Amino acid sequence: MHVLDIIGPVMVGPSSSHTAGAARIGYAARKLLGEDVAEVEVLLYGSFLATGRGHGTDRAIVAGLLGLRPDDGRIPHSLELAAEKNMKVTFGEAQLKNAHPNSVLLKMLGVNGAQLEVLAASVGGGVIEIREIDGLATVFSGEYPTLIVQNEDQAGHVAVVTSMLSSQNVNIADMRLYRDSRGGRAVMVIECDSEVPAYGLEWIKRQPGVLKVIYYSLL
Amino acid sequence: MDIQSLQEICEQAGQENSSFWEIIQQSDCRENGTSCEESAAALLEMYHSMKDADAQYVGAGRSASGMVGGDGQKLRAYVESGKNLAGPFVGKVMEKAVRMAESNACMGRIVAAPTAGSCGVLPAVLIAYDETYAPGEEKLVESLYVAAGIGQVISARASVSGASGGCQAEIGSASAMAAGALAYLCGGDDKTVCQAAAIALKALLGLTCDPVAGLVEVPCVKRNAVGAVNAVEAADMAMAGITSVIPPDEVIDAMGETGQDMNAKYRETGEGGLAATPTGRAITRTLK
Repeated sequence: MHVLDIIGPVMVGPSSSHTAGAARIGYAARKLLGEDVAEVEVLLYGSFLATGRGHGTDRAIVAGLLGLRPDDGRIPHSLELAAEKNMKVTFGEAQLKNAHPNSVLLKMLGVNGAQLEVLAASVGGGVIEIREIDGLATVFSGEYPTLIVQNEDQAGHVAVVTSMLSSQNVNIADMRLYRDSRGGRAVMVIECDSEVPAYGLEWIKRQPGVLKVIYYSLL
Repeated sequence: MDIQSLQEICEQAGQENSSFWEIIQQSDCRENGTSCEESAAALLEMYHSMKDADAQYVGAGRSASGMVGGDGQKLRAYVESGKNLAGPFVGKVMEKAVRMAESNACMGRIVAAPTAGSCGVLPAVLIAYDETYAPGEEKLVESLYVAAGIGQVISARASVSGASGGCQAEIGSASAMAAGALAYLCGGDDKTVCQAAAIALKALLGLTCDPVAGLVEVPCVKRNAVGAVNAVEAADMAMAGITSVIPPDEVIDAMGETGQDMNAKYRETGEGGLAATPTGRAITRTLK
């Protein structure tokens, strides 16, 4: 057993799912964007929408987007911090179908112009799941270094990416493929046992048919 | 093989001529690939975080809804007046449980043990014991292993989540963990530790999770005090040699089954019990 699963984590209250998990979602989303957030629409759904204010879900998500961890004592004041850093935050209601009750859709614009939409859920005990990126199913936990490649739905892309990982001696823990339609946009989500080197990511970006490469590092 | 039963822990400790807490420590080291020292240091850090959280309480904070805050301060003043019926030790336990649970509701930094909603129970008894009897940090860390072991068995056989098992799974589990830890600190052997946990959990079986407006405030804060005081009582009973007629693992199974049978209204949905009273509903409406 892991004793810290029972005694811990250290976190800002009041709720592991609605506060700590929410902060973790914001933190993961910022990492996926790859740069500081200039503007964000925080669209809440289900229980996040109904009880989020009382649980500080709004402030926790914004804290995470600012790069604060779930145990950071500044979480209650994150809206003020965001204002100081000129991060523009708007809140609203997400129109989703069949989503997890603790879901949030984040529409982000980065300081250098990067754009990303992330749909994520807090699934209990502070554990989160990224569900969609840019409207495409992209499911992962954020507990492993994760490589996300959006590409045209053609033969050979998986082989190209996995051979790069193999050449860098990166072992794949879990891998999932999704697409919106045959011949349309496809996405591969690869959870790895170790970090993927930056030049490997750059190399994939240059491959024909690759639309976007997103990397979630644990560092 | 993960830890699944209190009886197995005691048997293994008996065979290896070690004790309950050492079996838990070994398991933690094995899973994480760490040394005993590293494992103990991580747990000691959790205890320090609990003490920091206790010390940081000022009583001025109010929760987002305004329902919770300041009661820990009232309780301290009354206990310090010497008029309280429960006496200085239990008074201290009560006060610390309320303080921690209030801090959680007011977005303070706490240690989930096992959950955020029940974060006041274990620190209340440990810090009160520490301040009164000064057992030393080594002993306190050992008692935290005991608590973690009990929590792990409850988590494996039943649940420690209000959404799946009601409040008995949160405050009940925290109380069982705290009772076991206290019995250990009082010098109880492995069997006594398990008896204390069983007696504590039995007392809270059937407790529903019915938070007003779905927030971790009412009745959660005061229930932390109940869980903590219940742990003291259960530890005293076990140390007196009183045993649970139903064996500890079976008590945990009963909690799991009761939780499964509980209507969803009573599992953290904010739709039953206190949340559904006229006042509970009125408060919910004003917060929307």
